[in-house]
Amino acid sequence: MAIGVTTTPEKSKPSGSIINDPQVRGIFYQVVTVVILVTVIYWIADNTIENLKRANIASGYGFLNGRAGFDVGQSLIAYTSDSTYGRALVVGFVNTLLVAVTGIITATIIGFIVGIGRLSHNWLIAKLSLAYVEVFRNIPPLLVIFFWYSGVLAVLPQPRESAALPLNIFLNNRGIAFPKPVFGDGSQYVFYAFVIAVIASFFVARYARIKQEATGQRFPLLWSVLGLVIGLPLLTFLATGSPITFDVPVAGKFNLTGGSVIGPEFLSLFLALSFYTAAFIAEIVRAGIRGVSKGQTEAAHALGVRPGLTTRLVVVPQAMRIIIPPLTSQYLNLTKNSSLAIAIGYADLVAVGGTILNQTGQAIEVVSIWIIVYLTLSLTTSLLMNWFNARMALVER
Amino acid sequence: MNTHQATFVRASMIEASPAPVQTGGLAYWLRKNLFATPKDTVLTIVSLLVLAWLVPPAIQWLFIDAAWTGGGRGVCATVAQGGTQPEGWSGACWAFVNAKFDQFLFGRYPIEERWRPALIGILFILLLTPMLIPKVPYKNINAILLLGALPILALVLLPGGWFGLPFVETPLWGGLMVTLVLSFVGIAVSLPFGILLALGRRSTMPVIKMLCTFFIEVVRGIPLITVLFMASVMLPLFLPQGVTFDKFLRALIGVSFFASAYMAEVVRGGLQAIGKGQYEGADSLGLSYWQKMNLIVLPQALKLVIPGIVNTFIGLFKDTSLVSIIGMFDLLGIVRLNFSDANWASAVTPISGLIFAGFIFWLFCFGMSRYSGFMERVLDTSHK
Repeated sequence: MAIGVTTTPEKSKPSGSIINDPQVRGIFYQVVTVVILVTVIYWIADNTIENLKRANIASGYGFLNGRAGFDVGQSLIAYTSDSTYGRALVVGFVNTLLVAVTGIITATIIGFIVGIGRLSHNWLIAKLSLAYVEVFRNIPPLLVIFFWYSGVLAVLPQPRESAALPLNIFLNNRGIAFPKPVFGDGSQYVFYAFVIAVIASFFVARYARIKQEATGQRFPLLWSVLGLVIGLPLLTFLATGSPITFDVPVAGKFNLTGGSVIGPEFLSLFLALSFYTAAFIAEIVRAGIRGVSKGQTEAAHALGVRPGLTTRLVVVPQAMRIIIPPLTSQYLNLTKNSSLAIAIGYADLVAVGGTILNQTGQAIEVVSIWIIVYLTLSLTTSLLMNWFNARMALVER
Repeated sequence: MNTHQATFVRASMIEASPAPVQTGGLAYWLRKNLFATPKDTVLTIVSLLVLAWLVPPAIQWLFIDAAWTGGGRGVCATVAQGGTQPEGWSGACWAFVNAKFDQFLFGRYPIEERWRPALIGILFILLLTPMLIPKVPYKNINAILLLGALPILALVLLPGGWFGLPFVETPLWGGLMVTLVLSFVGIAVSLPFGILLALGRRSTMPVIKMLCTFFIEVVRGIPLITVLFMASVMLPLFLPQGVTFDKFLRALIGVSFFASAYMAEVVRGGLQAIGKGQYEGADSLGLSYWQKMNLIVLPQALKLVIPGIVNTFIGLFKDTSLVSIIGMFDLLGIVRLNFSDANWASAVTPISGLIFAGFIFWLFCFGMSRYSGFMERVLDTSHK
């Protein structure tokens, strides 16, 4: 029988029809997906262009150079209502970073304390920590924000009846007022001294490690570093004749004058995010410490290591390996939850973007800026924590 | 030469240690759990002092001094603030919650039509309870009624406009009803979509895999509020002129999208935990892809990740409170809306309303987490 085309023998043809070939099917499904996707995107783009034309909105990022015309409550960098939209977004971004970083630090501290507390042999401490976790884990963060904002901070006394706390700190319904440091002539030396102390600390830490690895003797690292970082700037401060003074808030007839004020928006967002995320971090810390097998602790005790040192040198370094990956996602959650600022009017990236969106109607551009910024933040945090994780990870031969 | 003498064998019997003073009873328990070491004693005393400082005033504020009944702000304000309470009074304003309770449940749903959401709610509880108790039989019929019939009935009854029922537009919906509808739909949509996305991310087809990974990572990388903004601001731009979506529906789409991405990652964790042998076993039996997934892989994978799935549900339930930012009145939104009611405005109204809303949220979330723990134990076939 004559066959025109001979099939190559090494590629065995499937016995069934071509419909049942998984490879052919795979290609077919993917082509169908791409076709549907392209059609939908084309349809959406077409509609969007049509809608934008009708609403008289010019697409593109040119609007960022326009005059903002609105004020923001709190700004770390110079901003007036005459600044551009772009500037306003930068202000919002800086505010997001501010609340995220301070929140992450506080949440980590509270979370570690509560998480270790849950493992305490002390019944009362363990139960109190459990109550904290179960309460804050099961309440929406937005509600906690409102709790602080309209429940607690809004009913504090008026500025002229401010509650006076120690160290010239005043608390009222406009926020918390505290002495503002004023940097006089020569204060830059104090700053230089601080930088030098930090750099020196690194070398001291390296020397301590080399010394311990060579001789087995431990170097009082913590105290020497503390002494350096606090002592050196303090000495410079005294030597240059105390150039830093404090502008103390003074209770006037209607308002407080002087000092720095942190508004209730930042305070309630910061407190709520810290307390809420701390509950999750506590559970992660507990799981991490429980994840270190008991044999490790027992072995350390058998070697005669004291309980405190066992925790510090044996348990915690191993627990950190379990803790770091989920901790990273909690940090990311906190950063994303900081967008709830819009509910109470703290000028973060989303709140500022929302105002711009309402003023200009540039929905796609503003939303794309949000997505890019948050994705960048997420990726950066992940990279940093992955680097930290790689350093902590088990070094195997 | 200095030979080090070490003997490890005791030559004489050691003195018997005295018997423990007490190994039972209250005193022993206290000593073991509260005063074991000096550090423990200090911690216990400090926490007891803090509790003594916090708890009695809290009870006083929440229950004893609280205003339980009343028809207006008078009962929740001091004389100086224009009320009837003595000077220096402070207590919870439960009268406010009491008076607004129906609104907290149904929002601004017309009063004469409130039997509709109430009926759905009762049916939901009646169908959910036997579903949750493992021993109750007829799970199949129950599931069809709960996941098939009830949503259709809700779709007919809640908006109305059919069978002579007056139409109730969604901006009037509110309160716990909106929270529950959003979470129920979010859960019902996100689980199947999450499974599909997870399967897609593990697919061997590069295009499908890329698309699913892209969707999951982008949605997980941005806050929910931006997704809700996208749903409420950008979705109308994407549609041809004249086609509009209901605001409620837009929020539903946003919440479901968001939860699907998180669900996908949880399910993917389960899929990865299933041994390769299970996949190969299914292949060698000649099962198709969907048979393999439905009969072999997913039942095992989903069982493994029940805690994660419930955590996602809890997160979704809490996240529904965000719709109040885009102008809808879920439980939190309606409570906040009522702060501005001049008839009830007082210094303690906001905090009372928020404590009430917080308690309701807490009740649901805590219940879910407890139930998931219970299910884990029931389904545990002890592979360990």
